Amino acid sequence: MSSGLIGRKVGMTRFYQESGKSIPVTVIQAGPCFVSQVKTAESDGYSAVQLAFEDVKARNSTVPKIGHDAKAGVSPKRFHREFRLADDEVSEIQPGQQLTVDVFEQIKYVDVTGTTKGHGFTGTMKRYGFKGMTASHGVERKHRSPGSICGRSSNRGTGKPKKGIRMSGQSGNVTSTARSLEVVAQDKDKNLLLVKGAVPGPNKGLVVIRKAIRLSKSKAKQAKAS
Amino acid sequence: MSQAIMQAIETAQLKSDIPKLSVGDTVDVHVRIIEGSKERVQIFNGVIIKMQRTGINQSITVRRIVANEGVERTFMIHSPKISQIEVKRHGHVRRARLYYLRERVGKKRRLRDRRRGLGNLVDTGTQQDEPAKQDAAE
Repeated sequence: MSSGLIGRKVGMTRFYQESGKSIPVTVIQAGPCFVSQVKTAESDGYSAVQLAFEDVKARNSTVPKIGHDAKAGVSPKRFHREFRLADDEVSEIQPGQQLTVDVFEQIKYVDVTGTTKGHGFTGTMKRYGFKGMTASHGVERKHRSPGSICGRSSNRGTGKPKKGIRMSGQSGNVTSTARSLEVVAQDKDKNLLLVKGAVPGPNKGLVVIRKAIRLSKSKAKQAKAS
Repeated sequence: MSQAIMQAIETAQLKSDIPKLSVGDTVDVHVRIIEGSKERVQIFNGVIIKMQRTGINQSITVRRIVANEGVERTFMIHSPKISQIEVKRHGHVRRARLYYLRERVGKKRRLRDRRRGLGNLVDTGTQQDEPAKQDAAE
C-alpha cells in the first residue's frame, strides 16, 4: 500500500472525544488519488509511486500532462506527487489504481507537508520574534530594528557579521512539514482526515500526507501507552 | 465546498437537546465528573452572565455565589462533559454582558423575572411556584 496521499487543507475546528476531551483538529480532504506512474528499481533505479490528485479540465492542462495521465488510464489531473516505497511494496500497485483515506487506516501518526502562508518581506520582529527596542527611553525611529548585528571584533576579529545572522527578508511561502500529527478520525465516504493540531498553509492549500517517519520521544511514549 | 465540509463535521457534534438559553437566565448545569473509574454528576447553579461564540464553540459563563465568594465558570455547552442544562428562570436584562452583577452585593444581585416573551418561557414547573418576588430588588 502507498504510504501517502495528496489533499487539500479544509480548515480547523474542535473535535470532542467521548471522554469529553476537546481536541483541536485540522480537516484535510485527502484524495481520492490515482496512481499515474509506478517506478521500479529496474526501470528507474528506485521504487516509488506517483499519485495524481484533483480533476482538471483538459483545456486547462497541458498535452504532456494529459498524455502522462492517459498512459496510466487516469483522467487529466492537476497535481502529481511522488511517494517513495520499499521495493517489495511496489509490486502490489497498478497504474490507474484509486487510493483513498483507507491508506491511513492502520496509521496513527502522519507528517503533513504544505506551503506556509507567505508574509512577503518582513522585519525581524515578525520573522524571528525579535523583541525590537523600547518604545521610549531615547529610542527614535528604531523601535522595530534588530539592534546590533556584530561588533568590531566579532567573528574572530574580522569585523564582519557572522554567516547566517538573522535579518529581515522574505517570510513564509516555503515548504514546511508538520511532523507526527495524530490521526484523530477519518471519514471514508467524504475522504476526510482529521489530524490533531495545525498544518502548514492556508485553507484550501495543497498538502501532502505521509506516514510519520519517526516520532518524538513524548509521542512515542504516548503511542506505546495507548 | 470547504465550508460545507466544516459545517457537516461541526453539526454532527452539536447537541439537539439544549434549551433556548439567553443572558440573565438562571440555569442548572449538570457536569459529568470522572473520579478514577467512577463517574458522577455535579450541578452548578447560577446566572448566565455572558454567551460567547456560536455553533460548536458556543460557551456560557455562569456566575454563582459560593460561601460569599463569587464564582464564574465557563462551559462549552456542546461538550460531552455537560450532560444537561436546565433553565430555572428567565431574568429581565437589558444588556448582553452582565458584568455589573460582579459589583453588586446582597439582594441587588437578583434579577427581575422576565415578563415579556412568554412564548419563550420553558416550563420547568418551578416558575409557577415562585412568583416574581424579585420585583422589589431593583
